[in-house]
Amino acid sequence: MNARLLLATAAKIAAIALIAFAILGPLANLALWAFAERWYAPFKLPVTWGTRYWEVVFRPTGDAMASLAMSVWIAIATVIVSLALSVPAGYALARLRLPARTLIMIAFLMPQAFPSVAIYINVARIFYELGLAGTVTGVVLVHVAHGLVYSVWIAAAAFAAVDRDLELAARNIGASPLQAFWSVTLPLAAPGVMASAIFVFLESLDEFTGAFFVGAPQVTTLPLLLYNASMGGNYQIASITALILLVPSVVFMLFIERFLRADVLAKVGR
Amino acid sequence: MAASGAAIGVENLDVAYGRTKVLHDVSLTIPAGRFVALIGSSGCGKTTLLRAISGFVTPQRGRILVDERDVTAEPPERRGMAMVFQSYALWPHMSAAQNVGYGLKLRGMGRAERARKVDEILELLRLQGFGERKVTDLSGGQRQRVALGRALAIDPPILLLDEPLSNLDAKIRLAMRHELKSLHRRLGLTAVHVTHDQEEAMVMADEIVVLDQGRIVQQGAPEDVYRRPNSSFVASFLGADNIIEGEVRRDSDGAKLTLADGGALDLPTAPEGHGRHVIQFRSDAVRLDDDAAGPALRLDGRIAQASYPGGRWRYEIDTPAGRFLVDDSRRASAGDAVRLAIPAEELHIFPR
Repeated sequence: MNARLLLATAAKIAAIALIAFAILGPLANLALWAFAERWYAPFKLPVTWGTRYWEVVFRPTGDAMASLAMSVWIAIATVIVSLALSVPAGYALARLRLPARTLIMIAFLMPQAFPSVAIYINVARIFYELGLAGTVTGVVLVHVAHGLVYSVWIAAAAFAAVDRDLELAARNIGASPLQAFWSVTLPLAAPGVMASAIFVFLESLDEFTGAFFVGAPQVTTLPLLLYNASMGGNYQIASITALILLVPSVVFMLFIERFLRADVLAKVGR
Repeated sequence: MAASGAAIGVENLDVAYGRTKVLHDVSLTIPAGRFVALIGSSGCGKTTLLRAISGFVTPQRGRILVDERDVTAEPPERRGMAMVFQSYALWPHMSAAQNVGYGLKLRGMGRAERARKVDEILELLRLQGFGERKVTDLSGGQRQRVALGRALAIDPPILLLDEPLSNLDAKIRLAMRHELKSLHRRLGLTAVHVTHDQEEAMVMADEIVVLDQGRIVQQGAPEDVYRRPNSSFVASFLGADNIIEGEVRRDSDGAKLTLADGGALDLPTAPEGHGRHVIQFRSDAVRLDDDAAGPALRLDGRIAQASYPGGRWRYEIDTPAGRFLVDDSRRASAGDAVRLAIPAEELHIFPR
């Protein structure tokens, strides 16, 4: 009895350690590399510690700062364009009786449903003909298409969670449809819409394949810089870039929990 | 406050949700300033009728008039009506005062004047000091009054009430009935009140309209409808739940009612038709062991169960004609033999 209990405890500890290692191991490695000036085999830890590469990355004229600015700019533009699409689309999907509603919902899923490399190679070819290859606009469009499934589905759920009577109550005492939307429906759906915007922002910041095929080499986002750095064996630059990319994800994840309430989540994809 | 109400006309209204027809050829005239209650069991179409009047649902056929003006094609915001929703539908992102002032803001009223008017409404509804509260921090009764205040703030000629009291505690509900009624009398607007509670309808309204399965089955002053229900449905809906079957035969002297078990009564006024009929009466119409003069249906029975809900005793009495509920002030106990007398004018008799 006691032996079994001991065994179970040991197994539990082992499982937790394994999970912790799987999650924290790579992160620890990143952190080590970010502060290693020299590190080579057979040493288990960096030979020389230092922050020299941080100065390289954060040098105002450096590539890293330029691509960070580029990434943020593309992510903001992506959020604006996708909100312009997802707010009306989400409202329509939530409120109006659309005949092919399910089909439309699935259509937004499409960009995610196929192997992305195959899609982006073809997108790159078409964009090249349209003169969009290697432009910020091209990358933004690719990111918008990629993020639509989040933004539209979550926005539709957010609007569906707003009680219809709240809107009718505004109409009833004199608000036009647009006035009711701006003063009642949108403010009440705002947390959900915000959550979708955050998802889209993070997706855009992280996105590699589309930016690679459509944007490179003229448009260099942070993930592209990270790719170049690690391909060139410059693990310090790659690690620091990866840590920078981690910051907004962690910060926003803390926020999203507050924005996405259970009643909204329950309606996602309906 | 509103100078006066507006008249409402509903003409041959058909409403359907998809393929389910909810209202069939409904016509109704409500004079300005009248308090009308629409009653019926759930699913009878009373809420749909209210929503059609307010413009939330589009009828398939028919017209809706406000003071002779055809508003059938007008959107809700141009009908001059204000609704109090069953769920109150208060905006959780606004304070109580913002909720009440919303309609005034839409009308372009200045900040100072708006604040004054909102205060006036809050005072009218005894909500002074609650203006800055979030509506989610208010009690059910307070929310109900904020919802009413939001509707009244725009001085609507027509007030629509969609079961506004059904979510309140019994005590507050009774108080609100009288408050709403006196407000109505004071403001002079036209009110249409939907409820499934017949007592609430009778207490508050000048006129009640009974709906069943999407049709208006009876309409009139509360006392008229209560005393003279025109169908078995209306009679049961208004509390005549004791049902017997019997036979009506006409002869030269008038009509005679015979029950299956042998009881008989000469009816002073002849009901419609002859042959098999249903006879309905209320639990408080029965007199126990009282050989009062006048024509009455007399039945022998035995008390099966007695309870005291307050005021009067309630008995379940087994008779050869069935088991009936009877309210009486005299005390008796289970097993006692009693004689029931139901005065002829309390019997509601309808052909089967």
